Amino acid sequence: MTTSVAKTGPVPGYDYKIVRQFTIMSVVWGIVGMGMGVLIAAQLAWPALNDFWQPFSHFGRLRPLHTNAVIFAFGGSVLFATSYYVVQRTCQTPLWGGWLVPFTFWGWQAVIVAAAITLPLGYTSTKEYAELEWPIDILITLVWIAYALVFFGTIAKRKTSHIYVANWFFGAYIITIAVLHVVNNLEIPVAPFKSYSIYSGTKDAMIQWWYGHNAVGFFLTAAFLGIMYYFVPKQAGRPVYSYQLSIVHFWALISIYVWAGGHHLHYSALPDWTQSLAMVMSVILLAPSWGGMINGIMTLSGAWHKLRTDPTLRFLVVSLSFYGMSTFEGPMMSIKTVNALSHNTDWTVGHVHSGALGWVAMISIGALYHLVPVLWKRKEMYSVKLINAHFWLATVGTVLYIAAMWVNGITQGLMWRAFNADGTLTYSFVESVIASHPGYVVRWIGGSLFLLGMLLMAYNVFRTVTETENAAREDNTKAQPVAA
Amino acid sequence: MSTFWSLWVIVLTLANLGLIAWVLFANRKVAVDDQADPENKTTGHVYDGIQEYDNPLPRWWFMLFVGTLIFTAIYLAVYPGLGNFKGLRGWTSVNQLEAQQAKAQEQFDDTFGKYLDMPIEQIAESREALKMGARIFANNCAVCHGADGGGNYGFPNLTDNDWLYGGTPEKILETIHEGRQGVMPPQGPVIGEEGVKNAAEYVLAMNGLEHNAEMAAEGKKIFGTVCMACHGMDGKGNQALGAPNLTDNIWLYGGSREQIQHTIRGGRQNQMPSQKDKLREDKIRLVAAYVYSLSRQEEVEQ
Repeated sequence: MTTSVAKTGPVPGYDYKIVRQFTIMSVVWGIVGMGMGVLIAAQLAWPALNDFWQPFSHFGRLRPLHTNAVIFAFGGSVLFATSYYVVQRTCQTPLWGGWLVPFTFWGWQAVIVAAAITLPLGYTSTKEYAELEWPIDILITLVWIAYALVFFGTIAKRKTSHIYVANWFFGAYIITIAVLHVVNNLEIPVAPFKSYSIYSGTKDAMIQWWYGHNAVGFFLTAAFLGIMYYFVPKQAGRPVYSYQLSIVHFWALISIYVWAGGHHLHYSALPDWTQSLAMVMSVILLAPSWGGMINGIMTLSGAWHKLRTDPTLRFLVVSLSFYGMSTFEGPMMSIKTVNALSHNTDWTVGHVHSGALGWVAMISIGALYHLVPVLWKRKEMYSVKLINAHFWLATVGTVLYIAAMWVNGITQGLMWRAFNADGTLTYSFVESVIASHPGYVVRWIGGSLFLLGMLLMAYNVFRTVTETENAAREDNTKAQPVAA
Repeated sequence: MSTFWSLWVIVLTLANLGLIAWVLFANRKVAVDDQADPENKTTGHVYDGIQEYDNPLPRWWFMLFVGTLIFTAIYLAVYPGLGNFKGLRGWTSVNQLEAQQAKAQEQFDDTFGKYLDMPIEQIAESREALKMGARIFANNCAVCHGADGGGNYGFPNLTDNDWLYGGTPEKILETIHEGRQGVMPPQGPVIGEEGVKNAAEYVLAMNGLEHNAEMAAEGKKIFGTVCMACHGMDGKGNQALGAPNLTDNIWLYGGSREQIQHTIRGGRQNQMPSQKDKLREDKIRLVAAYVYSLSRQEEVEQ
């Protein structure tokens, strides 16, 4: 078993230090964020675990810490690492920006540490995925402006005539996240760590879910499609399947996603027309989303045999399968009649995690296994067998997680809507909680397996980077890729 | 929504959908027609060793995309979505809710209507009615009083035939209809800490619990001047005021020495919310019959 490593060719002095820094922190924050997820999953299965260090360790405070850590600390670090790497290599030029480049690293780490301190202390603006209070919001804005300057500055001085498709997606994500973050976090500060949103009522909810859904659409989808467009063809050694498809699905994806947020507020005080519009736009999103999956998976045609031997490629391809599955599920759940069953149930949690674990984390892990040997000039990872073990732990963990949440979600939805002939509810709420308990245990097991895989990865990366024996290995910047 | 904003929504929506349809159809075919020439199989761009094939859109994917666009066109014609345009069906979420409620109310008239004039005692003898009453209780009352009606700290037990406001059908109906405001005024400032402790010993004594006889004797004097106004000379309470019986060892806020002292010192506030605007009259009668039956279980068994 082996894994192919990129052929790099002549190197115009790429700036790899920043990529190395973000790569290491991706692994660290991945373990922290997913460890937090395993802890809060255990708290839901065994509520007594909430009591250890009240109020700091309460589920209500740790849950935003989990989401912020996996999305912005883990996902964010992966995106900084990969976008800085990809933009340099596909533009054939080192990063532009001077001190702005290290500022994005240290600034982003400061944001994460500030989140890890303030959230358990109970400081929150109460907006999901945007809980951080106003001083941290300002720091995020500054880091993001620096990020945009570095990225687009590098694009501007590119040596290639065209801009590669991966950079379209990275560019769209950087611009849109800037707009989303600033608009949703407009707030009046009243104390160093307390502010009030300038929006109120339904308007506030609509702005929040316009933000919330596009945090998924741009941070966790468009940007990770950027990763896909570089690492899949690179790892498979095959051309991208269809340029036409990338044009159509790119423009459709980024223009339609911003309309869809209202589907989080079906059957609420949101005006009917807004709900309908959000629903149809979500349904249209099916094809553009699948465009990305097709372009990734079909890139492998002619190289399917590599899947048997290359676990890194397996991560990348299986992530696309989960992407296709959760982007089918999403439009379906946005249809109002389906949403009436699924809303507020664990189905939503399962849907998010089939995207978060199956798509975002798996493609990140694949990209990191591709990156580490290149960045530290190693022939390959310390242990390819451990990559394979990680692959199976991650896959089984994800499947257990989402299957448990499907069963729980549909059970809850059906129990909550069951009526007796006399118009009374058949089940009290607590009966649906009791029915959900086995699912919570299975979910915890699935999450634990996924975390275990991340620990194997940390060990593998540590050995690859530090092993003195490995350091003497052939420098892959001069070598041809190792055939499978 | 003003006409301007309505047009704004319509124009933006249709422009976005139109542009997407245009991009879809414009890029449907390959960029270079002569696919026999191997040079034309890719776009000719190379990025860090990555090439791009000039393959056409997969047909099934193209049809899927067109299908969702057609669905959208039909949906936006039938349902509200384009600004102020109401949709051909005239559907709104409010009229859907009202239609469903009207249908449900009609069914309820069939199911519950006959209990409107039936005496509570008679309803309580019907097995079927009690079953419905129990479900209404589980949906509306169990949150505070417990699934079995057994109560909880601060929420009265409804199964023990000990009543704060009376357990006749009329009184139960009154409680459910109007709700209840329970107030025990704080006595700490009136009788002092010494007085609180002595009075608590006397309350313990009335329930046959372990107590300090000397302090209880002092407490009895306080009881006779202050507490008796509501709880009566004998401490057996007054249902007209909702003042609990203090001699039966049944406690709403706990019967330990500390808890009793706390109650005397700081008083208690409690509320049973009125249900008359939340439940239909026939449902109130059903649930009243159920509660009435709960307290009589022992009698019935005997």
